[in-house]
Amino acid sequence: MSGWPRNDRCRGGPGTIGVAAALECPTMIDREQVLHVARLARLRLDEEEIEPLARELSAILDHVAHIGELDLDGVAPTSHVVEIEDALRADEPHECLPRAVALAQAPAVSPDGKGFAVPSPQA
Amino acid sequence: MSSADIIALSAAEAAHQIATGALSANDLFEAYRARAQADDLNCFTWLASAGGETGAGAAEDLRERPLAGVPLAVKDLFCTAGIPSQSGSKILAGYEPPYTATAVARLQTAGAPLLGKTNQDEFAMGSSNENSAFGPVLNPWDRERVPGGSSGGSAAAVAAGLAPWALGTDTGGSIRQPAALCGIVGLKPTYGAVSRYGMIAFASSLDQAGPLTRDVTDAALLLKHMVGRDPRDATSLRLPTEIELPGREDLKGVRLGVPAELTGGSGEGDAGGRGADGREAGIEPGVLDAFRAALGLAADLGAEIVETVSLPHAPHALSAYYVLAPAEASSNLARFDGVRYGLRAREGATESDLLEMYERTRHDGFGPEVKRRIMLGTYALSAGYYDAYYGRAQRVRTRIAEDFAGAFAEVDFIVTPTAPTVAFELGSKTDDPLAMYMNDYCTVPMSLAGIPAISIPCGLSDGLPIGLQLAGPAFSENELLDAAYALESALGFDGSLARA
Repeated sequence: MSGWPRNDRCRGGPGTIGVAAALECPTMIDREQVLHVARLARLRLDEEEIEPLARELSAILDHVAHIGELDLDGVAPTSHVVEIEDALRADEPHECLPRAVALAQAPAVSPDGKGFAVPSPQA
Repeated sequence: MSSADIIALSAAEAAHQIATGALSANDLFEAYRARAQADDLNCFTWLASAGGETGAGAAEDLRERPLAGVPLAVKDLFCTAGIPSQSGSKILAGYEPPYTATAVARLQTAGAPLLGKTNQDEFAMGSSNENSAFGPVLNPWDRERVPGGSSGGSAAAVAAGLAPWALGTDTGGSIRQPAALCGIVGLKPTYGAVSRYGMIAFASSLDQAGPLTRDVTDAALLLKHMVGRDPRDATSLRLPTEIELPGREDLKGVRLGVPAELTGGSGEGDAGGRGADGREAGIEPGVLDAFRAALGLAADLGAEIVETVSLPHAPHALSAYYVLAPAEASSNLARFDGVRYGLRAREGATESDLLEMYERTRHDGFGPEVKRRIMLGTYALSAGYYDAYYGRAQRVRTRIAEDFAGAFAEVDFIVTPTAPTVAFELGSKTDDPLAMYMNDYCTVPMSLAGIPAISIPCGLSDGLPIGLQLAGPAFSENELLDAAYALESALGFDGSLARA
C-alpha cells in the first residue's frame, strides 16, 4: 500500500516516541471485539460480515496507528478550525415543527396520534 | 435557440441571456430537463416534472433575479421539502423532509429552480460513488469508470451537460475529487462559509457545501448566493468580503507553493518519486505530468513557483481524517434508529424488543462502507481508546493547521494535483478500503485545516481528465477564484467532449 506512512514501530523500526499503550500493534481486532463494538453501535451483523470486518478494521487501524509515532506533547487538540464569535442567537421563543408534520415520516405513530410508536416491553 | 446552443452556454452565460431576453428561463429548464430525463449515467435520484414546483417561483419572475432561472442539480443529502432526500441510503428510502436546507433555499430565492437530486455515496462516505443504494454513477468520459465521489452524481451531471451546475458537499474531498475525475470545477469553501442546516450530516466539523460547475466564473456565481451566516447553524459565519466574479488575467506577483509531501517529490527531476520522509505519495506519472505542465503555464502568467514550501504533517492527514470523520459519523448516524423517519425493520423483531428493532433496522438499512465507518468510529471513541485515537487525531489536526499557517507566510496558495489518479475502473477498488481511502490523499489536509480549495481541470491523461488543486488561507475565496480563473483561461481545457 503506497501513500500511507509505514508503521515501522512494530517491525523494530527506530524512532518510537511516547506511544500510547492502545496503539501497540499489530492492531488485531478479533471476532469478540467486532461483536462488542457492534453492540455499542446498535448494529446487528450477519455471521459472514464479522470476519471481513475484523480483517478490514485491523488493517485500517494498523495504518492509522502511525499517528502514535508523532511527538504531540503539549499540542492542543483542534475540534473547530475557524474562530466564531457571537454564535448564540437571542433566546426567544419561535414556532417549531407542527406535531403532524413531525410525525408524518414516522414508521409508526401511537394510537392517539400524538407520538412516535416503538416496540414496548409493556405491550 | 436550439437545445444544443442552449446546452453549450455556461450557467453564467445562460443567466445573462435570460436577463437580456435572448433566452427564456422555461426553455432553458426544459432543455436540461429533457437531457436529465434521458440520463444513462445514473446521475439522478429524483427529477423535477414538467411544470412542477421547483422552489424558485414562476419562470416569468426569474428574469429579474441574480441567477435568472438557471436550474440547479442538488446532491441527495440536502434536505428539500416534500422531495425525496435519501443521502444515497436505503435507511432513508422515500424520506421527504419537512424543510429545505439553507444553501438550497438561498439559491432558489436567488432564482435557481431545482432540476433534480443527484446520486452520491451513501451518507457521503466514498470516493467513487459505488457506495450508493441507488447504484453507481458512470463517468461521462468513460462509462467503464467511476466519476469519483462522494458528489459523483453532481459531478457527472455537470460534466455530461445534464445540469448547468450543481451543489455538492466536501468532507475530505467529496467535491474536489469528483470534479477532478469528471473534468469540471469544484470548490470547497472555508469551513462555515455555507450553512450546514438541512445537510444530512456525515462529519460535522468537516462537512462543507460548495459548487460543482463547468467553469470558475460559474463557481463564483453559485458560491456568491450560497454563503452567509445562518442562525440555524451556529458554526456558519459571515465572510469578511462578498464573493466577486473573477476577472484576473495574469498571476504576476502570486506565489504558488508546491509541497513535496503532496506532489510526489521535489520537482527537480524527481517527479513520481518520493515525498518528504521517504513516503510515497502514490501519484500517477500522467497526473504529475499534467500538474507540472500547469505549473509551467502559471509561471508564464507571472506566478512565482515556490518548491521549498513544506507541509511536514500532511502525510499523516489521511490517518487523522480516518479517525475523526468515522468518529463523528458514528455519532451523527446514531439518529437512524427506525423511530422518527426512514426504514424500520419489522421482520423478526418482536413487538417487545426495542433494542432488537434498532439493531435490525441499522443492519438492514446501512451499506457495507457505512457499517465499516460506524464500527471504526465507535471503536475509536470507545473507553480506553479515545485518547489514543480521537485525542491524538485532534492534535495532528492542530499540527496540520499550523503547517498551512506556516506555508501561507511564504506563499499565497498551495498547489497540488487534486487526486493521485485519473478516474479508475468500476469495481477496481471496492475490495480494498485502504486503496479507496488513498483517493483523498491530497484533499484531506485542507479539510482538516478548514481552508478553501478549488479543483480545476488541467489536462487529460489517456483521454481522462486531471484536476489541479489550489488552496488558500481561510476566507481567501475571492483571491482563490481569481487565480483559478487566470489559470483556467491559460489552460483552455475543453470539456465539451463529455457533453456530446
